[in-house]
Amino acid sequence: MTEQNISADTLIRLSAAQLAEKLRAGEVTAVEATQAYLDRIAAVDGKVNAFLHINAEEALAVAAEVDAIRAAGGAEAEALHFLAGVPIAVKDLIVTIGQPTTAGSKILEGWHSPYDATVVERLRAAKMPILGKTNLDEFAMGSSTEHSAYGPTRNPWDLDRIPGGSGGGSAAAVAAFEAPLALGTDTGGSIRQPGAVTGTVGVKPTYGSVSRYGAIAMASSLDQIGPVTRTVLDSALLHQVIGGHDPRDSTSLPDPLADLVAAAKTGSVEGLRIGIIKELHGEGYQAGVENRFNDALALLKDAGAEIVEVSCPNFQYALGAYYLIMPSEASSNLAKFDGVRYGLRVLPEEGPMTIERVMGATRAAGFGDEVKRRIILGTYALSAGYYDAYYGSAQKVRTLVQRDFEAAFAQADVLISPTAPTTAFPLGEKLDDPLAMYLNDVATIPANLAGVPGLSLPGGLADEDGLPVGIQLLAPAREDARLYRVGAVLESLLEAKWGGPLLAQAPDLAAESLETQEAK
Amino acid sequence: MSTDEILSFDEAMEKYDPVLGFEVHVELNTKTKMFSSAPNVFGDEPNTNVNEVDLGMPGVLPVVNKTAVESSIKIGLALNCKIAESCRFARKNYFYPDTPKNFQTSQYDEPIAYDGYLDIELEDGTVFRVEIERAHMEEDAGKLTHMGGATGRIHGADFSLVDYNRAGVPLVEIVTKPIEGAGSRAPELAKAYVAAIREIVKNLGVSDARMERGNVRCDANVSLRPHGRERFGIRSETKNVNSLRAVEHAVRYEIQRHAAVLDSGNPVVQETRHWHEDTRTTTSGRPKSDADDYRYFPEPDLVPVVASREWVEELRATLPEPPAERRKRLKADWGYSDLEFRDVVNAGVLDEIEETIAAGASASVARKWWMGEIVGRAKAADVDPGQLGVSPATVVELSRMVEAGKINNKMASQVLDGVLAGEGTPEEIVEKRGLAVVSDDGPLLEAIDAALAAQPDVADRIRGGKVQAIGAIVGAVMKATRGQADAVRVRELILEKLGVTV
Repeated sequence: MTEQNISADTLIRLSAAQLAEKLRAGEVTAVEATQAYLDRIAAVDGKVNAFLHINAEEALAVAAEVDAIRAAGGAEAEALHFLAGVPIAVKDLIVTIGQPTTAGSKILEGWHSPYDATVVERLRAAKMPILGKTNLDEFAMGSSTEHSAYGPTRNPWDLDRIPGGSGGGSAAAVAAFEAPLALGTDTGGSIRQPGAVTGTVGVKPTYGSVSRYGAIAMASSLDQIGPVTRTVLDSALLHQVIGGHDPRDSTSLPDPLADLVAAAKTGSVEGLRIGIIKELHGEGYQAGVENRFNDALALLKDAGAEIVEVSCPNFQYALGAYYLIMPSEASSNLAKFDGVRYGLRVLPEEGPMTIERVMGATRAAGFGDEVKRRIILGTYALSAGYYDAYYGSAQKVRTLVQRDFEAAFAQADVLISPTAPTTAFPLGEKLDDPLAMYLNDVATIPANLAGVPGLSLPGGLADEDGLPVGIQLLAPAREDARLYRVGAVLESLLEAKWGGPLLAQAPDLAAESLETQEAK
Repeated sequence: MSTDEILSFDEAMEKYDPVLGFEVHVELNTKTKMFSSAPNVFGDEPNTNVNEVDLGMPGVLPVVNKTAVESSIKIGLALNCKIAESCRFARKNYFYPDTPKNFQTSQYDEPIAYDGYLDIELEDGTVFRVEIERAHMEEDAGKLTHMGGATGRIHGADFSLVDYNRAGVPLVEIVTKPIEGAGSRAPELAKAYVAAIREIVKNLGVSDARMERGNVRCDANVSLRPHGRERFGIRSETKNVNSLRAVEHAVRYEIQRHAAVLDSGNPVVQETRHWHEDTRTTTSGRPKSDADDYRYFPEPDLVPVVASREWVEELRATLPEPPAERRKRLKADWGYSDLEFRDVVNAGVLDEIEETIAAGASASVARKWWMGEIVGRAKAADVDPGQLGVSPATVVELSRMVEAGKINNKMASQVLDGVLAGEGTPEEIVEKRGLAVVSDDGPLLEAIDAALAAQPDVADRIRGGKVQAIGAIVGAVMKATRGQADAVRVRELILEKLGVTV
């Protein structure tokens, strides 16, 4: 080990890019960094509950391997990936060899995947230590992580509030400095909305930009894996690791990734047309959210961007269409969880022991209410006699949403909106009101329906509650680079205004924890 | 098992007009499965030819097997179908443990091939056109074995075992339009249709086409209507009829059963039926209605299969000659009579004769060898003639030795036995067994002298012009030389000796 001249507290607050530089320069070792994060998890995750599984041994072994390679020098050290030794957390919807994968569900409790997701293979190839698996709404169905079968994750900004969902675990882990990077999945906003309410950066790449192989499917035509980070550059770096064609995913795009890291370093929005989506702000949006959104627009305008207003009239139907397409696909994707081949198996308590009854008992016991709600909804929407009215109509809306985007992108290079209508709401507030919960994703869903990429970055704190507000950027399909370009510029303008990263203003969970301990 | 009333076939035909329909599933012989890289191999240890995709593990995705698409297009072209420029897969959702994902990835409203036909030649040469509705791609299910019950069916079983080796094996399902107008020839047509499909996919090389292994499986739909009525009757679907004879029998039986039901004034129940080879009857399966709700929707994990016109034409150019056309051509080329040709076809030695002719034999010699010598031996050994171990080259070598007078037909038959016994090439066997026709005139002349001396009266009759009497002398010479002499040469020498010219 090197002489540690960086405190653990400083170390965990470095961005991934900064940490990677220090690893390269030999100022810190990968083992030190990984251990610092594992210590932080041990210190604060009891409160946050971001992790479902901690992978300490393997993470430290990978870190040690990176350190050994670096110490030996030569070609192998030269060939190390820029992010080698930078730890990462993985949403527990993504399968990993050597760690359990639960999807946040009892039905997969204790299940170990016999294979790695493509993105996990790529993390391993880059020699990034995997810290563990993060909490989520069961099968990624939710906007608050309260639907996890393993208890809710809490928002590091206010432990009584939700961290967003479904990827609340990944966002909270990054926001609470339990990991510099995390992977999420975004079907209707599950990366971006948690990013917004935790003051982190989250990117839903273009559909097909990142392989879905090994991400347990909720809605195949909408799901996309993406980065959860503290800076825009970090997201670009991570996107570059996990993205690119995968022959195991037929919907993966064949074209090579653009240089996203370079895009994040462009440093200018001069002359770019940035479109405000008329339908995605104003009425229904919290005042503090609206204010921070307007601040962001003003900064971009000052930086030389041209602000235009675009209209996407069919977005008003997007939520309705989404809640037909998503459950329809989910009802079929989740049919495989039947207790026959793996996972939970529950035998009926009485009556004949037939396969149908074992499947029924397993699914009744293994799935939570929200999952059952969506399976029932989707089964209904696909049923003979209803298909055209529901699934069929929803597909038409999907086409209209795509056309709205096409028209909007004819007028603007990048679109902008608040990521979520409100800041983080208190735990339990919307648990019994599915419709109110679903409305959280009103601004993020259109991107999934159209397959276009979206990025959420911190826009500041709302005046009324002091909680983070997210700004969403949207670009045309395959133009993810534009998000990183505009996102990085806006981020630097905002940080200049705040005098540092927004997360520096978050409560110190470790200090609190000490206080609580002392109080006891 | 209840026994159904049936009417005699003739009576059924007097009263009713049968309408048929077939769904034939063809298992493709691709190296890997329809949507995974696991091997597509029959007969291995259960659950060994599987990977995470075949087992429907969480997170897996399908990838379409390009060779399977090619094979499907070839089948479509061979069935005179149109090939869709772009078509999608769909999910057929139902819970059953042989289907690991609890949905089957199939094609629904966008089959890769559609609107085709197949001309079926019946035994008397009548050609019957069967319209093909569609041929679509899908994946096979795993195989369930129900244990503990008396019947081997799920009903009454204690438990079931599942083998996923077959799960994901590529299938092409060929669906006919309703087949009308076959009348009393319906059973024969049914058999001939399935035989034609089997022959086509085998000829294309896209399937092993072995019905006993389930490579070709037939579901037979039968309905009856009174003569003169246009509207179809209610159909039954007899599942998994897996031999040609069974197809014929099942259709015949269902016609007789439907007729009895209709005669009794009851409606036919729309249902699936199980075929029982032992009793040659069907029993009721599960009720089936057109309203079975599989909640089909387009498979979102796959992109549409695009078959460019260039690709289709490339594949069309690689198609082998259709079996029916080939038969027509060969019959004309070889000059066989109808009967001779039918025997050759039925004996299954068309390919062998063609190869033997290509190797240098005449059409009649090739037929004589295969039909006269080899088919019988194959039957005795219970193998296909082509599998017996006689190559076309061997046949040509044998026939050349006979033509050259080196051996006679009787010896050739012995040599063939030697070849089959693994004694070596025909030449080596002739050598080893000392079978060569005696062609040195010296020993022959001695034998002829002896024979003439023994039968002077016959010799006189020959000298006197009664050449037909020569048989007695030839016979004696052949006997003396234990059949090894060339009878033709013996005859020449006798005539020479006696100074007779003919």
